Amino acid sequence: MSNLLTIRGLKIEGRSDETWNPIINGVDLNLKKGEVLGLIGESGAGKSTIGLAAMGYTRDGVRISEGTVEFDGIDLVRASAAVKRGLLGKRIAYVAQSAAASFNPAHKLIDQHTEAPVQHGVDNRASSVEDGIELYRKLRLPNPDEIGFRYPHQVSGGQLQRAMTAMAMSCRPDLIIFDEPTTALDVTTQIEVLASIREIVEEFDTAAIYITHDLAVVAQMADTIKVLLRGDEVEEADTRTMLSSPKEDYTKSLWAVRAFERPAKPAVSTGAVPVVSVRNVTAAYGTTDVLHDVSFDMHAGRTVAVVGESGSGKSTTARCITGLLPPRIGEIAFDGEVLPADYRKRSKDQLRQAQMIYQMADTALNPRKTIGQIIGRPVQFYGGLTGSARRARVNELLEQIELEPSQYFNRLPSELSGGQKQRIGIARALAAEPKFIICDEVTSALDQLVAEGILRLLGELQDKLGLSYMFITHDLATVKAIADEVVVMKDGKVIEQGPKLDMFTPPHHAYTDLLLSSVPEMDPDWLTNLLQERGVDNIGDAAVDKM
Amino acid sequence: MSSLLTMAIILAVLLGGAYVFRFAGQKITNNAPMFRDMGYGVAFGYVLAAALLIWAVWYYLQPLETDAGMKNAGVQFFRWAVQGFIIAAIAAFLFRLFGQFVGTAGTRKLFRSMPLTASFGILVILLYAIVAIFAGAIAPYGQAEILGAANVTAGGDPALGGNPEYPLGTDQIGRDILSRLIYGAQNTVGIAFVTTCLAFFIGGSLGFLAATLQGWLDQLLSRSVDVLMAIPSLIFALLLMTIASVWAVELGVPLTIFMVLIIAVIDSTRVYRLARAVGLNIVVMDYIEAAKLRGEGLGYLVFKEILPNAMAPLLAEFGLRFCFVFLTIAALSFLGVGIQPPLADWGTMVRDLAPFINFAAFAPTAAVTPLLAAGAIALLTVAVNFVVDWMLHKSSGLKE
Repeated sequence: MSNLLTIRGLKIEGRSDETWNPIINGVDLNLKKGEVLGLIGESGAGKSTIGLAAMGYTRDGVRISEGTVEFDGIDLVRASAAVKRGLLGKRIAYVAQSAAASFNPAHKLIDQHTEAPVQHGVDNRASSVEDGIELYRKLRLPNPDEIGFRYPHQVSGGQLQRAMTAMAMSCRPDLIIFDEPTTALDVTTQIEVLASIREIVEEFDTAAIYITHDLAVVAQMADTIKVLLRGDEVEEADTRTMLSSPKEDYTKSLWAVRAFERPAKPAVSTGAVPVVSVRNVTAAYGTTDVLHDVSFDMHAGRTVAVVGESGSGKSTTARCITGLLPPRIGEIAFDGEVLPADYRKRSKDQLRQAQMIYQMADTALNPRKTIGQIIGRPVQFYGGLTGSARRARVNELLEQIELEPSQYFNRLPSELSGGQKQRIGIARALAAEPKFIICDEVTSALDQLVAEGILRLLGELQDKLGLSYMFITHDLATVKAIADEVVVMKDGKVIEQGPKLDMFTPPHHAYTDLLLSSVPEMDPDWLTNLLQERGVDNIGDAAVDKM
Repeated sequence: MSSLLTMAIILAVLLGGAYVFRFAGQKITNNAPMFRDMGYGVAFGYVLAAALLIWAVWYYLQPLETDAGMKNAGVQFFRWAVQGFIIAAIAAFLFRLFGQFVGTAGTRKLFRSMPLTASFGILVILLYAIVAIFAGAIAPYGQAEILGAANVTAGGDPALGGNPEYPLGTDQIGRDILSRLIYGAQNTVGIAFVTTCLAFFIGGSLGFLAATLQGWLDQLLSRSVDVLMAIPSLIFALLLMTIASVWAVELGVPLTIFMVLIIAVIDSTRVYRLARAVGLNIVVMDYIEAAKLRGEGLGYLVFKEILPNAMAPLLAEFGLRFCFVFLTIAALSFLGVGIQPPLADWGTMVRDLAPFINFAAFAPTAAVTPLLAAGAIALLTVAVNFVVDWMLHKSSGLKE
């Protein structure tokens, strides 16, 4: 069978600093009808750029400099705007990473759904609405008959992502490009979306390019996998071969990341005073309680992972500990001593002892300050060091986070990569010489290799400085890698807590069990098996709702 | 009726030309993407621009006097405008070239990536600053000095009623216009600059304070600002100036100081609104939370964490606000309550010399007198905005 999509020698350049710099250096790609190709790579590998180029489209400031993109015999690079207009949306569709940002908030879902078929003259509005409802039902959206008549903000993230998939399907395209469709979702939500996408793609025999950085996800979805690195193809093979015997070193290193795990520490001696203890905390935003009687302890030199999905109260707990949100009932104790509830009433030393590292290093570092100023400020503020003493301390901290001081001291955050920014966040926390650090999803915005580096660094620092971490995460692989104790939260309550080993060995609480079973595994049959084992109605949010 | 018909014909020719242009482009370049995807509106734009260019050249070459011996003033003013534009462009280009080879490595790099508009703006601002600072040394006569001849026209050509001693002529009571323009820079620009800075200091710090602290302080400040903004600003300023003119005499304080304060307070309400809105977006960032949790004080938060990030929109506003303040002062002076005579001020000069504009049709050199002061205002306004646009572009990190 001939190819549906053939890309030959694709070179793409992006404009920055007045010159054109290569982004993609000659990539070939073949896609047959009904086939799913997984594109994986770290950020900056050019995955999305290739995905968009497969539609003959480039973002502003980016151009296709060489190569052909042939879709069903039409070269999209040279096709006129009119020809492309006839294809896009009708025969080629695109599902974006953030459905919440991609839907127009001013229109109802069904109106956006019917737009493409009506505009392309594929269908009239009335039957397109019916078709939409049918697709919603197929994708197992709750209340398929009426969900389309809601506005995007009235629908949850996972449901929006499925509605977007339905929208892409509205003209029954031959090719859909999925650009990280589940990256922003919780694991239990992700699994539902994955199952729906796979089912519908199979049913309509649609070809798809599935872009993701998550190997386990791509293993479930793709027939073949192509690995990209900085605009070059590393290797391509069918999914099973790729998973069992990757050839290139880079691919192997991607695979190996998942094996990282810190050795377990001995149990805490009874009677030891915890560094931080959260005691019966109930907290509210306005008049609605969002935390209910949360209690747990964190001991010196150990990592407590707080796990849960978005909205489970993990970050709110952190806000109570830091004093940004004074609890309504309950208290926070530091070294056995009760802290004032409001951070403004805490002493400078109390503030110094507990530091925080944020999820988004982009918003956590002041973009107008140099690295030297960012790290130097707490050094000066708490330690009182100025001039060359301050500079020396900053250099020491930069060395601790494995960045060359002379090279980075005068840079701005925008001149650093994501991983480096996160390291600066760590250095700023360390500069205060704290006992206790809250790490709020510190690796969730990073590529796997980079995230692993950050986790290793945090581990080494813990061993060296005896730090305690409260590690907030939704990623169970991270928990497995670094936690000593685990606290599982749901709806503002602690569901289960205990040492890591206990948490990962059955029997679990039903919710923990669901959470653990929803984490995609590298086995390509994992999703199929899970669906068989549990049934389509007992996975993801549907199962959560039953609890 | 015939003129309407002419316009219709011209429009039809242009519309047809656009179609032909696009079609020919597609044929000649063998369907290059530029012509292939060109919208009809874009093609029309190209043709219209070409037609306008041809008309401009034709009009520039028209004789200065009509056959009947009448002055063709339109051509004269058009030639001056075109010449001024070309001279400005050359000056800007030379200034940029100069900047590329003189100065520190930093400034040289800055000049290399500078657009021509920005270098023009900087050049004009520099010239104004020099003129304003050294007005006493540069001006040939005093600003209030009444010389022998009144109503001398500009140009210095005795045949046309000029006098080489007064290159830009004299006003109705015989004061040298060039000197008054130069002193006017000192008075008008200097006062406008001080006023704008004051407005930014008041509005900016209160706005950031409201954004950081929120709660009742924010409510109090915002509602007070709402009240002030509800009153039309020029009328409000006039009202206050009238009251102040009584106080000024009683207290023995120059009226100018009251004017600076009044305009600064009125304009600070706009700055407050902007600073608060920008500040509210910044205070929710994690780095502000980190600074709060570190135990930083209010001053550090506002001036070290928030201000640097609010610089770009504030700068843009500064450029605009400076022009508005400047125009308000000129307007107040024009209405007679601003900078008081005999001090030279561009607004007053426009008002005093305004009747000369009636001579435009037959004596362009005489009519130019009120336009000089108005032109000085316009030039600075344009220059400031060019520079601000460029700074914004740079600091926002916008590419292309």
